[in-house]
Amino acid sequence: MVALRTRRRLRRLAGRAGFAFAVLVIVSPAVMVFLWMLSLSLKTEIENIAYPPVFIPETPTLDNFRHVFEASPFGRYIVNSLVVTGSATLLALAIGVPAGYGIAKAKAYRLAVLVLIARITPNLSYLIPLFILFQFLGLTGTLWPLVITHLVITVPIVVWVMIGFFETLHPDLEEAALIDGATLWQAFRHVALPLARPGIVVAAILAFIFSWNNFIFGVVLAGRETRTLPVAVYNVLTFEQISWGPLAAAALVVTLPVLILTIFVQREILTGLTAGGIKGG
Amino acid sequence: MSAEAALAGSRRSHALWRRLSGGAAARGRPYVLFVVPALLLMAAVIVFPWLFTGFMSLHEWKLSQARSFAGLDNYLRLLGDGRFQWAALRTLYYAALAVVAPLVLGTVAALIFHRRFPFRGFLRGVFILPMMATPVAVGLVWTMMFHPQLGVLNYLLTSIGLPPQLWVYDPGTVIPSLVMVETWQWTPLVMLIVLGGLAALPTEPYESAQLDGASAWAMFRHITFPLVLPFLMVAAIIRTIDAVKSFDIIFVISQGGPGTASETLNLFLYLQAFAFYDVGYASAVVAVFFALIVALSLTLLYLRQRTQWSP
Repeated sequence: MVALRTRRRLRRLAGRAGFAFAVLVIVSPAVMVFLWMLSLSLKTEIENIAYPPVFIPETPTLDNFRHVFEASPFGRYIVNSLVVTGSATLLALAIGVPAGYGIAKAKAYRLAVLVLIARITPNLSYLIPLFILFQFLGLTGTLWPLVITHLVITVPIVVWVMIGFFETLHPDLEEAALIDGATLWQAFRHVALPLARPGIVVAAILAFIFSWNNFIFGVVLAGRETRTLPVAVYNVLTFEQISWGPLAAAALVVTLPVLILTIFVQREILTGLTAGGIKGG
Repeated sequence: MSAEAALAGSRRSHALWRRLSGGAAARGRPYVLFVVPALLLMAAVIVFPWLFTGFMSLHEWKLSQARSFAGLDNYLRLLGDGRFQWAALRTLYYAALAVVAPLVLGTVAALIFHRRFPFRGFLRGVFILPMMATPVAVGLVWTMMFHPQLGVLNYLLTSIGLPPQLWVYDPGTVIPSLVMVETWQWTPLVMLIVLGGLAALPTEPYESAQLDGASAWAMFRHITFPLVLPFLMVAAIIRTIDAVKSFDIIFVISQGGPGTASETLNLFLYLQAFAFYDVGYASAVVAVFFALIVALSLTLLYLRQRTQWSP
């Protein structure tokens, strides 16, 4: 009797250990790559090219980060990225939230298909005509081309998330406002919009992240002064092929804000992503 | 413009609107106004590029040189361009691998995260980090990890007794190596989609199967898998579109090399447009590329309908 019980308990324990191992296996690649990035960025060049590799830095140093900021105007690139991504996100909210509302209310799903088509088109295909247009308009050398092209990423995300959100919003309150003589705009502005704040947060976070991460528009459109962070980080590679420390430090600077944001607002991000399985890119 | 023409124009646009909006404008409320700014913007940054691309593709046009009408010459040139055809084949090969691997691993991960265990929420957050991280940053770290002499991957391989690899420095292994990065990055998206499917599953079939003494595998094979298949198809569609369009990872890690061994359509397109400035020819590539993506998406959508209707 007792033996049987312990055997059952042992089997359950083994099952649990196996499951814990499976969790470890599935999560560790994600963790390892980022830890390796951190390790490379904190080590001296000697430790970085040592073989066998040094995993935990013996004498952690911030020299690599200092080097990145001294060797190039990295501060300016951070500002560029903040301006481009910030403007593209805010403009997308201003345009996309009402659009999502209109589409959800009018059930104009064929318009939503337009958003999907924008989603499947390769970004490079927008770039050739827009590149020529920006040259023609004399906008090259400013941040405008970047802000405008980043709207291609942010607007579809915002519209898509907001359609899903406004659909789940109960229409009674707006109907009541309309009956009381409010205009459509007032019903939207004072009734629907405040209720939609959680949806707007989700849309803003996703739009921000995917615009922040975008590389392809910057690599084509940005000049020396107007680089965004991903382009600046890529350039660290081309000029300093062998310096791994500064390269990892630069990579960490661009991606760390996104990683922290992801961990802290995980729930919002999951809501938005599962709403339509979208992403920029 | 005469008043009559303007009226006809507005009537036409109204009819167009009604067609687009599925007849909802008949309900009499001008919700169209909410959508107008977005529509104008989309016309400027999306529809205009399409039309202009079509126009350019019919011209012999290099930037900073005079352009001349060329009819379908650019398209005919594609037919005879071996480099383009190899790029197209490579894209399909890359996409096939970069769809299947994340689908399999993502399903496994979803089955794991579907169960309750301590720190599940936090670990799920950690698990989705690769898909939110900046692709360029990730690509750079992988580049260092792939280094044949000093890279950590070869150290790990040799420490468990396997021979070191050339990874992205060998034409034969460059695409699988890049797909490894792509899989690392996008398995979380598949996991999230399948997890959504698992959350919606009914519990009764499992209860009766358990009473009948079905094994865990049998339950997965005959209950879970058919029920989440529609979600898997959605994941497959999204993955296919993204894999075909993949750019950042390839551009950062291998630049399409060694030689042209990892030059996919997107890389080929970039080269034609922004290294050779041959925008006429590049536009023809865009048109064919876009047609390929639409064809692939429609095929998968068709398959998805089939899986939903089959008993």
